[in-house]
Amino acid sequence: MSKLRFATVWMGGCSGCHMSFLDLDEWLIPLADLIEVVYSPIVDIKQFPANVDVTLVEGAIANRDNLELIHIIRRNTKVLASFGDCAVTSNVTGMRNPLGGPEVVLDRAYRDAQLLRPQIPDDEGIVPPLIARVAPVHAIVPVDLYIPGCPPSAKRIRAVLEQIVAGKPVEMIGREMLKFG
Amino acid sequence: MSAKTLTINGKPVSAREDETILDAARDAGVVMPTLCHLDGLTDIGACRMCLVEVTGINKLLPACTTRVAEGMEVRTDTEQLRKYRRMTVELLFAERNHVCAGCVANNHCELQDVGIAVGMDHVRYDYLFPKHDVDLTHTQFGMDQNRCILCQRCVRVCDEIEGAHTWDVLGRGVKARVITDLNQPWGESLSCTSCGKCVMACPTGAIFKLGSTVEESVKDRSKLAFLKNARDKKQWVM
Repeated sequence: MSKLRFATVWMGGCSGCHMSFLDLDEWLIPLADLIEVVYSPIVDIKQFPANVDVTLVEGAIANRDNLELIHIIRRNTKVLASFGDCAVTSNVTGMRNPLGGPEVVLDRAYRDAQLLRPQIPDDEGIVPPLIARVAPVHAIVPVDLYIPGCPPSAKRIRAVLEQIVAGKPVEMIGREMLKFG
Repeated sequence: MSAKTLTINGKPVSAREDETILDAARDAGVVMPTLCHLDGLTDIGACRMCLVEVTGINKLLPACTTRVAEGMEVRTDTEQLRKYRRMTVELLFAERNHVCAGCVANNHCELQDVGIAVGMDHVRYDYLFPKHDVDLTHTQFGMDQNRCILCQRCVRVCDEIEGAHTWDVLGRGVKARVITDLNQPWGESLSCTSCGKCVMACPTGAIFKLGSTVEESVKDRSKLAFLKNARDKKQWVM
């Protein structure tokens, strides 16, 4: 049997979901026999590839790069999973939404808090501009699977991946699988 | 007092005539999610979690405010009810800013529990992301409107058990919110006795003890039922 082509992506999140993924510890070794990691912040591949079987998306859609990439991911992925609360609900990343546009938080971080030469890093090509409103992934593209948790525990991630590699429909039922936060 | 005989999910059940469908269901061991219900307080049917189907009535009825009747046929767990319950919970999450990961009530929250019970893995509706205030003017407690689901347990516990009626509801629809006294900061309330019953009654992280941080707001709601029982029946039993 050929290996699953597997990707993980880090959007508007803290990387905590990826840390939790690494918490799979020794189970990563048998997992590596079942999947081929074709794109991830922990491997050195710059372009999101074609024909990906499963992509775990950590983080909300918060900036222009996220917005462009999520459409590419959707086109190139069979099973797209929202991975963690930021992807599923926008969570902490979305806490700027009630405050108004991105200027409010940019001012707070880069102008108000800086005594020496306050400036917003907005040169083209340096950091991507924030979009007006942070959105959960499914508000932008269709999502096939939701893995809540901040972060999802390694146990929960393993339960999901075991079902995926077994080719079963993933069941998310009960506190162990569904609790947010 | 006469007894009524009815069926719940096809199972024959008897109940006192002054009992609600919710009482009868709980006596019969039928589990139904609730949010605005709190033992010891008057039920108001605000949260719509306990909606049931009753044969011969073509609308859904809240079990907590509907009295049992002779021959009633009640269903609590149909496809339609499961669908509506999940919609209701999702709408509660979409209406305000419930950020479980940053909430004092995380892991001890009835809204979170109900989300799990109805199988909510995401919210299908657009989040409103409203701008809401946090009132930290009281010396011991705080009120975070972002987490409020308008169950009004604080309003009722303050009125019915403490007898102060500090809390009430201002506005209608999506603009409704709980207020203290005549919509003044909680710390300036003249009627509040600082008893903390609203903190105990709140199902979410909306009302909390000052100084609580994430996951620290654990509540003991049985004390409220104890007080109500002691007052009404003069039974001082824990």
